Amino acid sequence: MSVEAIVAQGAEHLGVHGLEWTSKELFTYPNEFIYWSIQIVMYPYMTGLVAGAFVLSSLYHVFGQQDLKNMARFSLVFSLALLPVAMMPLQLHLQQPFRGMNVMFTPHFTSAIAAFGIVFSTYAVIVLSEIWFVYRQYFVEQVIALKGREGIKDRFMYYLYIVLTLGAFDTSDKAIAKDKKAVKILAAIGIPVACFLHGYAGFIFGSVKANALWMSPLMPVIFIMSAIVSGIALCMLTYIIIMEWKKWGTIIAKGKGDKSVHVIAGAELDVITKTSRYLLGFLIAAITLELLDLIFRGYTAMKSWDILRSVMYGKDFMNIFVLQYTLGNLVPFILLLMPRLTIKRVFVALVLVLFGVFMMRWNVVIGGQAFSLSFAGYMHYHMPIIPHSLETFKEGLFGALTVAATPFVLFWIINKVTPSFEYK
Amino acid sequence: MSCSRRDLLKNTFKATLASALPLSAFKMLSPAQVKASVGDSNVRWVFLVDTHKCVGCGLCVKACKNENEIPYDLPITRTWVERYVLMKNGQSHIESPSGGRDGYTDTKIRGNDIPADQITKGFFVPKLCNQCKKPACVQVCPVGATYQTRDGVVLVDRTWCIGCGYCIMACPYGMRFFHPVHKVAEKCTFCYHRITKGMKTACVQNCPFEARQIGNLKDPNDPVTKIIMNERVAVLKDEYGTKPQVYYIGLDTNVR
Amino acid sequence: MKNHVLRPLWVVIAGIALLLLVRHFIVPSDFGVQEGGSFTYNFHRESNVEEWEKFKVKYRGMDYCQECHEENVESILESPHAIIQCENCHGPAIDHPDNPEVLAIDTSRDQCLRCHSYLPYPTSQRNEIAGIDPDEHNTDSECIECHNPHNPDLENME
Repeated sequence: MSVEAIVAQGAEHLGVHGLEWTSKELFTYPNEFIYWSIQIVMYPYMTGLVAGAFVLSSLYHVFGQQDLKNMARFSLVFSLALLPVAMMPLQLHLQQPFRGMNVMFTPHFTSAIAAFGIVFSTYAVIVLSEIWFVYRQYFVEQVIALKGREGIKDRFMYYLYIVLTLGAFDTSDKAIAKDKKAVKILAAIGIPVACFLHGYAGFIFGSVKANALWMSPLMPVIFIMSAIVSGIALCMLTYIIIMEWKKWGTIIAKGKGDKSVHVIAGAELDVITKTSRYLLGFLIAAITLELLDLIFRGYTAMKSWDILRSVMYGKDFMNIFVLQYTLGNLVPFILLLMPRLTIKRVFVALVLVLFGVFMMRWNVVIGGQAFSLSFAGYMHYHMPIIPHSLETFKEGLFGALTVAATPFVLFWIINKVTPSFEYK
Repeated sequence: MSCSRRDLLKNTFKATLASALPLSAFKMLSPAQVKASVGDSNVRWVFLVDTHKCVGCGLCVKACKNENEIPYDLPITRTWVERYVLMKNGQSHIESPSGGRDGYTDTKIRGNDIPADQITKGFFVPKLCNQCKKPACVQVCPVGATYQTRDGVVLVDRTWCIGCGYCIMACPYGMRFFHPVHKVAEKCTFCYHRITKGMKTACVQNCPFEARQIGNLKDPNDPVTKIIMNERVAVLKDEYGTKPQVYYIGLDTNVR
Repeated sequence: MKNHVLRPLWVVIAGIALLLLVRHFIVPSDFGVQEGGSFTYNFHRESNVEEWEKFKVKYRGMDYCQECHEENVESILESPHAIIQCENCHGPAIDHPDNPEVLAIDTSRDQCLRCHSYLPYPTSQRNEIAGIDPDEHNTDSECIECHNPHNPDLENME
């Protein structure tokens, strides 16, 4: 290679990962950029929602909460739809996305990310088997109903359901009882696995000793707490939407004064009031741990405190204290504690809680890279809005929105095979 | 030779250990296994930087980028030189524009005039991968794409790296980055292709002032080893417990 | 009828078997921890070490230049610039004279200023190098118009 060829490598079309959305201030090392951007914010956020949805469905299957029966089906199928979405941000942020399977081929278990393949697959297997046991009877019924029908769509569905039964056509009471028992056991195993999946997402950050903000043994616990908070909030929110849908359906069918409308509205408020107590409990735990972490850092004032303080109380004050703690924690806290709870008030509080947890993820992931490893400079993240390349799409607003929208599209597709609303 | 007795003791110890090992383990080990268990490599690459000698010409950075095919005009580099200027009022000015690739030719720092009579100390600090004994970057690689060689150098397998960036996050020294062409984690290799052929690294060879030196810590007669053993040297950020193997002469408390 | 409850388990086992089969063909055979290594720091593909050893050398060093350009090397060895490698100004030799056939020499002012722009830094050797203020010292001339890089001292110039 000639000198010219070496120099020509510096052509500007070559992208330095991170250069696009990072601006630097004062002294930072040359190679420092915001390497982990919006997709890594999405990753723990989406995993938290998966865990929450699954835990909710388990409440019915394990603890027999009868009023959650329809909700349990919905949240189980929804957690299946959310499942690939927990993996998607990781896949999207890889520089070599087609090598992602290497994590399964040669797992290096001293790395927190290596366990991801195993933990995630275990969890996926549990969710899929549970759905199989819940819907097996339905699959068999569909096979019988579709047998001998003409039409490409019916033939396709017929064979699809045959495959989905895995050859188990026994629908005797004894067999169904076995299914129910299996669901219960799987749901029980699933709860700790779901919590582990998420606590371990916290470990990925908490174990990075080079990062002064991330390194904390409290990180996994904080992550689990806020995951449960966001999971419960999302499920309550969906529950409200479904119940309101039902209520309006009844109003249209039977008129506003009908007795059943009041029954639905009463039941809805009852469930929401009960669940919001759990939400408040976990919210208090999450905030307490976060504040403990903050106070401890300030009191011990290690070498990194000067720069951490300038980031927290200065540059990221708006994100941390206004958006996360005040708007995302304090306001919903007051809204939920005020007497005479209404569905509208809960709805606003839940949206704020979901936003608060998102801001917490943002402040950990982006905030952890807002200062230089030299402790003598800062970096600022400018999220790409309008994409002009694959990278600015993937690691920009639209990449994040794609990830956020995917579970709903997947749910729509999966729901065609395993209906979670109509099926009684 | 003055070392002969020590060598004799050392070898006796090794032989004793080697013969005791299979007995204590109640199984026979092959000679290769025994050799491996007492450390078969007689090379451990280490680096020595003398910050008094560095004049901030940046020829090392230029040579490194050309030698290792790191796109010359992009703001990433395997090695760099930092400028520290400390003032009488306690203020410190630190910078490393383009990693110091074009040398330091101006007294201004980030556009600010620095009055010469107010300077108490001014010096340059070359940085490169510390090839840690306990590399945090290797520990966190999820796929085994980065590893430590027998002679102590940390390398990246460009065909196996998935580009997750965990190693970049784990390095307390900010040494790693993504290679803009290969799209995998990239780092200083101590010019592995040169040192294994008996050459010096590109940065060492092209430094006119011998501010940079590379040596073998396992060779007691190596000039670098002698300095590390007999003089007062320091390493960067030892609080992270990674046991860095780039030693510095004339390190200052202000060095980051 | 057989117990159907274990059916998902068979699917999982089949999945793991498939993964192991694919893994067998995709993962290079020399991947692993070599003798005496630790899983934490030495888990890798062994042949990658060799690949790095084969990386192309570009800076060949003064001895390589001397093989053909003996006179030029000797001239600089007698000057204070003896400490500077030829390739710092002449560019990396790579496979010169085959490739590249001609080396582009950096004779710019910036190249000289890397060392000879005076910086008043106590505790640094930079302080001791003969230096000029680039904003005042013959600003519109190239250094090599007066100074011979192989024999830079003006008093000794022929």
